[in-house]
Amino acid sequence: MVYDARKILPGLVLFVLVLAWPAIYTAALGTGRDRPVLEMVTAEKQCLESTDFMRRQHMTLLKNDWRETVVRKGARDYAAADGKVYPMSLTKTCLGCHPNKANFCDRCHNYVAVKPACWNCHIVPEEVR
Amino acid sequence: MAVPRRTFLKGGLSAAAGLWANLSFQSCSRGRSRDASGTEADAVPKRWAMAVDLEACTAAQGCRECIAACHQIHNVPDFGNDKDEIKWIWTAPTNKVFPENERLFPDEMAAASPVPVLCNHCDKPPCVKFCPTGATWKRDDGIVMVDFHRCIGCRYCMAGCPYGSRSFNWKDPRPRIARVNVEFPTRTKGVVEKCNFCEERIGQNLSPACVIACPENALAWGDLNNPASAVSRAISARTAIERQPELGTGPHVFYLI
Repeated sequence: MVYDARKILPGLVLFVLVLAWPAIYTAALGTGRDRPVLEMVTAEKQCLESTDFMRRQHMTLLKNDWRETVVRKGARDYAAADGKVYPMSLTKTCLGCHPNKANFCDRCHNYVAVKPACWNCHIVPEEVR
Repeated sequence: MAVPRRTFLKGGLSAAAGLWANLSFQSCSRGRSRDASGTEADAVPKRWAMAVDLEACTAAQGCRECIAACHQIHNVPDFGNDKDEIKWIWTAPTNKVFPENERLFPDEMAAASPVPVLCNHCDKPPCVKFCPTGATWKRDDGIVMVDFHRCIGCRYCMAGCPYGSRSFNWKDPRPRIARVNVEFPTRTKGVVEKCNFCEERIGQNLSPACVIACPENALAWGDLNNPASAVSRAISARTAIERQPELGTGPHVFYLI
């Protein structure tokens, strides 16, 4: 057995409790299940790729594909999986269907506490008009 | 298991030789295929350039149409002071633009007359050499670009540019843009910016905004590798000079005298 088990074991339990406190707290209040609800204002039924792909991969698509292709290679058209062609533009294409950045982009980003720097330069037309 | 030194060295050397041969074959077979700006593999690559007709430009004293048009469509802020100033195209006195060419300004009037200046989109751009992150680079068609995503704001490029073509965003530019053009992004605090030769307009087969805006038609623009383009014809018809050619940067904004 462990030396000083009477001190160490309660100490370990206390340590785990303190460490897991945020999880225990939200589980007790039930607030952890409040998933962000995104407001859709477009009549379109389908994003340029599947909803699942867009949920998981939109940042990879924007940063690794669109940004590199437009800025470094000077090409501007994106051929989606279904063959449709879209201009690779955050402001025109993405915000064209989702102009409500505060109730669409920000809701998830706030929930997972990320602050993408996109909007320091890229324009949200609703905000400047 | 003991491997004799001789066998070990032999194996290592032949593996390295094989790898090298393979890599060099790959890089050769890749050839000159170009994916930038949608040009074909075999066509002569484009080389964008501009020629400024000094006579026509200086005849229109105080005209700032080109500057206004450029700064409007590119969301260039106006801070109202020299320290924070952001400029893509601006004017400078003739004797400051051509310090080595004294015959251009025989009298004080000519020496002080303003000349439009912008990024020269050099053949050998010193700014590109100095950039530690690869944020600024030269495209195959000659345009020197800035990738604001990768710019870390070290300003080495500004130190490297002999023409002062680059400006640094000391402050958030957005509040100082009078009328935001939603078609073009703004910049953010901490990045360097400069003229992009209207890269976004060239992609749509449009001429740069300053060329269109000039009421005197003093700005000729086009592909230098195409003898029929406006800039090629302008340069071959008149005497064209560059800014500080002795530096060996190969500027591609020419001035017709």
